[in-house]
Amino acid sequence: MAKDNRGNSKPSSPFSFLKKLRRYPATAIGFIIVFLFILIAIIGPSIAPYPYTEQKLSERLAPPSEEHIFGTDQYGRDIFSRILVGSRDVLLVAGSGTAMAVMLGLLLGLFSGYRGGLLDEIVMRLMDVILSIPPLLLAMVILFSLGPSRLNVIIVVGFLYIPMVARVVRSVVLDLKTRQFVEAARMRGEKSGYILFREIFPNVLPHLAVEASMRFSYAIFLVASLGFLGLGVQPPSPDWGLMVGEARTWFHQARWILLFPAGAIALLVVGVGFMSDGLRRMLLPGGVSDV
Amino acid sequence: MALYLLRRLGFIFLTLLLASIIIFSITQFLPGDVAQMVLGQFATEVAIENLREELGLNLPLHIQYLNWAAGFITGDWGDSLVSRMPVQPMVMQRLGNSAMLAGVAIMIYVPLGIALGVIAALKRDRYPDQAITAVSMAFVGLPEFVTGLLLIAIFAIGLGWLPANSSIDPGSNFVQAFPYLILPAITVSLTGLGYIARMTRSGTIDVLDTDYIRAAELKGLPAAQVLLRHVLRNALLPTVTVVAMGIGWLLGGLIVTETVFGYPGLGRLLVYGIQRRDLPLIQAGSMIVVAVYSLSNLAADIIYGLLNPRIRLGR
Amino acid sequence: MYNPAGSALEDGTAVLQPVLDVRNLTVTYRTDKGPLDIVRNVSLQVAPGEIYGLVGESGSGKTTLARAVVRYLAANGSLTADTLKLGDTDLLTLSRAEMRKVWGSRITMVHQDPGAAVNPSIPVGEQIAEVARVHLHLSPGEARKKALEMLGLVRMPDPESVARRYAHQLSGGMLQRVLIATAMATNPELMIMDEPTTALDVTTEAVILDLLNELMTDYNTAILYITHNLGVVARICSRIGVMYAGEIMEEGPVKKVFRSRLHPYTRGLLGSVPRVDASKKDVHLKAITGQIPRPEELPEGCIFSPRCELAEGDCLIARPPLVQADGDHYTACRRWQELLHLKEKEQHEGPVRGAYDSAKGPLVLEAREIKKHFRSSGGLSSLFSRESGPIKAVDDMSVRLRGGFTMGIVGESGCGKTTFARCLAGLEEATSGEIALEGVTLPYSVNRRKQSDLKKIQMVFQNPDASLNPQHQAGVSVARPLILLGGMNRSEVRSRVRELFRAVNLPEDYIYRLPHELSGGEKQRVAIARAFAADPILMLCDEPISALDVSVQASLINLLAELQEKNETAYLFISHDLAAVRHISDWIAVVYLGRLWEVGSADDVFVPPYHPYTEALLSAIPVPDPEVSQEQIRLRGSVPSAVNIPSGCRFHTRCPRKIGPICEEKEPPWQESGFHHKICCHIPLPRLKEMQGKGCFFNSSAEGEEC
Ligand code: SF4
Ligand code: SF4
Repeated sequence: MAKDNRGNSKPSSPFSFLKKLRRYPATAIGFIIVFLFILIAIIGPSIAPYPYTEQKLSERLAPPSEEHIFGTDQYGRDIFSRILVGSRDVLLVAGSGTAMAVMLGLLLGLFSGYRGGLLDEIVMRLMDVILSIPPLLLAMVILFSLGPSRLNVIIVVGFLYIPMVARVVRSVVLDLKTRQFVEAARMRGEKSGYILFREIFPNVLPHLAVEASMRFSYAIFLVASLGFLGLGVQPPSPDWGLMVGEARTWFHQARWILLFPAGAIALLVVGVGFMSDGLRRMLLPGGVSDV
Repeated sequence: MALYLLRRLGFIFLTLLLASIIIFSITQFLPGDVAQMVLGQFATEVAIENLREELGLNLPLHIQYLNWAAGFITGDWGDSLVSRMPVQPMVMQRLGNSAMLAGVAIMIYVPLGIALGVIAALKRDRYPDQAITAVSMAFVGLPEFVTGLLLIAIFAIGLGWLPANSSIDPGSNFVQAFPYLILPAITVSLTGLGYIARMTRSGTIDVLDTDYIRAAELKGLPAAQVLLRHVLRNALLPTVTVVAMGIGWLLGGLIVTETVFGYPGLGRLLVYGIQRRDLPLIQAGSMIVVAVYSLSNLAADIIYGLLNPRIRLGR
Repeated sequence: MYNPAGSALEDGTAVLQPVLDVRNLTVTYRTDKGPLDIVRNVSLQVAPGEIYGLVGESGSGKTTLARAVVRYLAANGSLTADTLKLGDTDLLTLSRAEMRKVWGSRITMVHQDPGAAVNPSIPVGEQIAEVARVHLHLSPGEARKKALEMLGLVRMPDPESVARRYAHQLSGGMLQRVLIATAMATNPELMIMDEPTTALDVTTEAVILDLLNELMTDYNTAILYITHNLGVVARICSRIGVMYAGEIMEEGPVKKVFRSRLHPYTRGLLGSVPRVDASKKDVHLKAITGQIPRPEELPEGCIFSPRCELAEGDCLIARPPLVQADGDHYTACRRWQELLHLKEKEQHEGPVRGAYDSAKGPLVLEAREIKKHFRSSGGLSSLFSRESGPIKAVDDMSVRLRGGFTMGIVGESGCGKTTFARCLAGLEEATSGEIALEGVTLPYSVNRRKQSDLKKIQMVFQNPDASLNPQHQAGVSVARPLILLGGMNRSEVRSRVRELFRAVNLPEDYIYRLPHELSGGEKQRVAIARAFAADPILMLCDEPISALDVSVQASLINLLAELQEKNETAYLFISHDLAAVRHISDWIAVVYLGRLWEVGSADDVFVPPYHPYTEALLSAIPVPDPEVSQEQIRLRGSVPSAVNIPSGCRFHTRCPRKIGPICEEKEPPWQESGFHHKICCHIPLPRLKEMQGKGCFFNSSAEGEEC
């Protein structure tokens, strides 16, 4: 149908969101999964049947049963409890890392894009350089220097994803900056602060939300990989990646000690991925291209 | 075109320079004294001082950097602190192994990813697309250790078709190594597969939405000709860049995958180096990874430039 | 019975079988809001060798209709029709594979944006040749020859080298010729052209239209020509169908339709387009109120009734069918007989002030020798780039303007007119020159101008979608200048915003709407209200109406005129549309390649002597009246790049009146002709006047000459 320039004079109802969800079942599943994991992270530790560090050497490598529905690990710890408690860890570490990257990347992208000129050029070249080092490698090297700890993992995630967020934000700002509503604002003498935060920022938000959700899924991936390599969060933390890493040796005898944490990671990552894709469809209609 | 290449080369040089500074300075933050670390707690003051002298640790930082950089360029990458052997041959051999694995993976995921992406785009928003999109999204998101262990559980332990452990002799040739390459290669491929499929899909959809494709259809050309000559020629152009950017993922994926399968590649060497705090090994290995990544980007830029008349011919 | 092109058996004339026969065609799209009929019960016939003009505004369904005719609808679209025939072939019964054989051989298409419709990675010659291979079954060698032949046919200079080039190496006009060559290669029965010249400059458009006229004398191809431009229809079409909201309102031979206008919508359309051959003293633009109804909210009765001044009880009950009014002239209005006798109300809007009074107003703007040169690239990357000169977008332009008057700045795309306005606005920093407002020199950059200066100069932008912040309510956009520049308090701001909305004819509750809840015309009204909120003395209007539909344009032109009357504001009106400029301006300046070539009062610029470039523009612009003929003065080639500007007179590479080497060697002088009318050319004005005779427009029905 030909595009016309009549407006859409009916404001969209809050239910249109739900309608859209129905059209993309994968998106709906994604939102549900993420919601459930957040729920588990909040109430999980209090409903965990056992303390996550409680070792019962007599019940080592017990297969799933009524007492231990996911079985026990090589120290006789209840895997179900560890996964429940671990969900808080994953969301917290990946979440705060992402939040940090999004905040810093946003600021950098906003200012760099808006100011333009040499400063922008330098900042962006620097971002390119960081991007030219594969993220996992860079994370490993930084953690090697800082020493592995939960806080350091957060810092690494936060640092690593700054360039990607900054790039996205900057490209949106560059586009918005030349829009005529910004020029009209300049012509009435608005201060830079107003233009940046009142005129430009609200229009960056949808892009930022999509980008943040994507970063979040990569962050979970990265945190889990670091845990698996033993370079991230350290034992006896119930980090899922770490659990998988430690379980490898016992894999042949007891598949469940590996299957459940790996499954939890897979489920969460896929859920966040679906959610992020759905956010893109809803918030940025028209743009098929990935950034 | 020449200008375009020159500019690309300039950026790559700059990138490598800055990346080397970053890698060098990060590794300098290391808590504690390297010499102390090497020699252990009970080494004598004199021995430590001698080693510091030998490693050039008493020099100012920028001199240390210059020495290291000069050494790196001339092929003197220093000795491993752990084995006291030269780092270079070790890294290069492992690099070869990783290249072998990566090569097999690329042969799997690039053609397959492109095919899936194109199919998804052609069946846009219908079931084949939704299925491909969902599966590729899952593949992109799954960490390699999850897929790798899953594959081991099925094909090695369950069915017993393929070896679970790929810790081959580092000097093996391709034929000897091949059976051990299959599972790790599939593991790394899955992530790349999803990535390429998604990017190809969106690139193809962009092209399918253009006026010139509608025009080609309405010229009455056979459907296959429209797809092959008009759609793909334009849609696959960006894929060249996408494949190169995917190399960055691939390199990260190799680190994990090689660890999962015990495959003697560069990634595992790096993990090993980090666990043993082997500074020269880490520095050289990281630089090589960055260089490989940058060069693959350069290659992509050249191919892109050759294929794109806009760049090849200029205005 | 609808049967215009077909057998008129009653009067015994020969049976002429139409090339395209469409009867009762309806196109339905499945959407979120349920099924929508975008095109309803349309019938039309196109005779061999005929150019049929299908006219409509955006949303009228004309493009959908064209797609339906070739059965190329989006996946969610479907069509039903009693008849859909190409010659003897019933297109409705063909399979997709059989349709493919029709596409490109028996029916071909030419699309709107030539830059987008040519594949960027295949040489253009090959894109013609592939059609010849597939449909004419030629060998690759023969096909290549055919491609060259076709390129020659569309008057392409140097076909051999053009055939080898890629889309990005050719101009829009050349690409459109490539597409026409492709479409003609198989000598089709029907060629469908969808707004083929809309994306082109008016001088290029004229060349393409001439080409079509020529081709039609040699070929028997029928053309279905889709456009929103009534002038183009008047120039090249023999029949016209006027579409509105998915239905045909009026149809007939072009001359009859333009003369008797048997539907109020046609009347409205023709009444709302400014004409380049008439000054604003003679014509008052009459806008059609309201807007095209959404396909999901169609009125019960006549679809035009909500906007029709003649609507009466019966109109609202049943949809009137297309009825035969006068031979082959059809209309969908119940009251067409009354229209025959109804004289259009000729409204004159008070006394119109002439440019000659202009010496009286206070001098508002004085811009002297403004230059704006862009560096070709910047930043670190310029280190690696080859040295190339600056882009001289504006290269020495001077303008003076008094309060309460409008100066129109016209020129084709890329001539620098917008950059000039942006320099005045301070959005672009001029390279050199002086900008003085009421005698006070302003800094180049808007960031360094004082509040009191900012207040005086405001701007209305071209693109209504980009000119309002999508996240701000309309009222907020209008309130900000009041707070910042008017120094008003809350309650003052509130009442003033309400006043401004009233002044631009928007209901008060629109204050709380977000831009996506407004139509294009409404957005532009908000933008105008925002600009007037600062109470400026100079308003820069950068193509403020170009993105809007004709019927909406008229109401905005009238609104701008009204506001100027009230506020004594000076306007600088930038546009590529000479007709609109003529209608709104007191003064006109003609721009080409970053420089002015003619300045004068709106009356003077349109009578000889005029600059050869002005002359070319005037003769290129299609006049929406088939009875007016125009001199055929056409420009060769395309506009040179602003990096390598031609020596001497920079128009010499294309000037049809070029007198010799002097034009290439020496910059031409400014010559005065009458009151503040200046022309920059080597030809002495009396001689120029002699060459140009009576002017560009003459009435072919010999009722006296215009202009
Ligand atoms: S039928 Fe009635 S409402 Fe429709 S155009 Fe004619 S007079 Fe107007
Ligand atoms: S100076 Fe010469 S080239 Fe320029 S407009 Fe006059 S006649 Fe044409």
